[in-house]
Amino acid sequence: MRAQAKLGLVLLLTPLLLWLTLLIFIPHVDMLLVSLRERVSAGVYRTSLANYWAFLSEPLYLRTFMRTAVMSTLATVITLLIGFPVSYYIAKIARGRVQSALFLLCLVPFWVSELVRTFGWMILLRETGIISNLLQFLGLVEGPVEMLYNDAAIMVGLVYTSMLFMVVPLVTTLQTLPDEVVEAGYDLGGNSFSVLREIIIPHATPGIVSGCIVVFMLSLGNYLTPIMLGGKDSLWFTELIYSQFIVRFNWELGAAFGFMLLLLSSAIVWGMLKLTGQSLERTVG
Amino acid sequence: MIPTIPQPRLLTVAYTAYVAAFFLFLALPLAVVAVFAFNDSQFPSLPWEGFTWNWFFGSESPMIGVFHERSILRAIGTSAFVAVCVSVLSVAIGLSNAFLFNRYRFPGQGILYILMLLPLVVPGIVLGISILVFSSRVANGLWEIAQWDFEALRPGLVLVILGQFSFIATIATLVISARLQKFDRTLEDAALNLGANRLTAVRTVTLPYLMPAMIGAFVVAFLMSFENFNTTLMLVGSDAPLTIAMFDRLKEGSTPLLNAVSLLLMLGSSCLALLVIAFQRRN
Repeated sequence: MRAQAKLGLVLLLTPLLLWLTLLIFIPHVDMLLVSLRERVSAGVYRTSLANYWAFLSEPLYLRTFMRTAVMSTLATVITLLIGFPVSYYIAKIARGRVQSALFLLCLVPFWVSELVRTFGWMILLRETGIISNLLQFLGLVEGPVEMLYNDAAIMVGLVYTSMLFMVVPLVTTLQTLPDEVVEAGYDLGGNSFSVLREIIIPHATPGIVSGCIVVFMLSLGNYLTPIMLGGKDSLWFTELIYSQFIVRFNWELGAAFGFMLLLLSSAIVWGMLKLTGQSLERTVG
Repeated sequence: MIPTIPQPRLLTVAYTAYVAAFFLFLALPLAVVAVFAFNDSQFPSLPWEGFTWNWFFGSESPMIGVFHERSILRAIGTSAFVAVCVSVLSVAIGLSNAFLFNRYRFPGQGILYILMLLPLVVPGIVLGISILVFSSRVANGLWEIAQWDFEALRPGLVLVILGQFSFIATIATLVISARLQKFDRTLEDAALNLGANRLTAVRTVTLPYLMPAMIGAFVVAFLMSFENFNTTLMLVGSDAPLTIAMFDRLKEGSTPLLNAVSLLLMLGSSCLALLVIAFQRRN
């Protein structure tokens, strides 16, 4: 029996280890190694920090990196602010059928690909688009307005694309908050604001953290939305990675960029978990 | 603020209006994509030129519909093939992982569990380039050592499948584990008492119980693979899956053909979603 259990363990462990080492661990180590080498001449490389130095010394790279980080943070905050009241409504105010219908409606847009969603925003926002025409029809503006190709359009796209990943964890955690606890808060003399601050938000913290982590990650690593909705000078960091890899064929620099992106996202995820005393198993798993 | 606590009427109305506006915001982009699939014009924008089915069934230039557009049909086929492969692989490894983490206790299990979750917090584009870098190194190595050009390791469908699998496997594991955790193990013991051996017990009792989760994981994996863009973008070769093919078209300028494809995608995924919901109701 013991030998059989051991065999079972080995059989189940093998696929997991193969997956994690061959597709996750070794590729990332390899990417790090590639980012640490410098092309001296054709086919000759030496180990150096040149790529990271290039990243730090070229203002365009560093500025794009910072811009991507700041805009992703902003997108996360906006998504939370828009999504929280809606999640609360679904979890605590809507009842029965309405509740499950609303929850399902929240999921529907995300069954279609991000490309379609972005395409929808392009049709709405562009110069010949719906919103521009509507504004002209209402007489609010004269002549077509271009609302596409700027940072605000990117922001709208990012918030829209990530909304699901904020609403689902929020609704799930808020549903576990008993009504009696909220009532007790009012009975003890709290007003709506203090109940929100002292009871609801602390209870929802795990949901807020996991929602924010996923939204931040998705915004940071997004490629489609910034490239389709953003303008010539609203560059996203993933675009730099893509152009180094596919257009310029400079894999060394591209790998260094990839590693910086990984570092940034890991640092933020780790920081958020530490700050709120959550663990990865509880928030993601 | 909960229904049992009275609130000023104005506040309740404002709140409801806000939620309504939110759902309008969610629906708007999809609604316009769907509506303009029927616009009788070369551009998916106003003015409205009248209703047409041509972007679905049209067979003459300039209005070639989806069902006559070879490259789009081929891309749909490619996407479906990739998605099925990814789903099968992910469900298989998800099942194996679920048993591993649920039934065994071994040193390093906690760390392994965290490692298993990590692909979810790695940006998709980074997963893509890391696999690209590593597979090229292996392919180049094989060529130098054995003069063997191992095509599968060059950008192409195999790499796309592996790249998508690398993070979708985590999701499948989580979905299946969640259901296995709720399983009452005394049922398996009963099967053992009745003379079944371990494997038979698992096959006849545990697996049927896990079936809804496995189907759920399969559908989620299928949709995630079908929709995936970032990882695929870095690993794609000459056979482009649908999202990449549509992206290339969109860069050149959009016609309502893309709206028609998008509408079909929406219908397809809603049908899948409804199917899963119906299936889970029945159980």
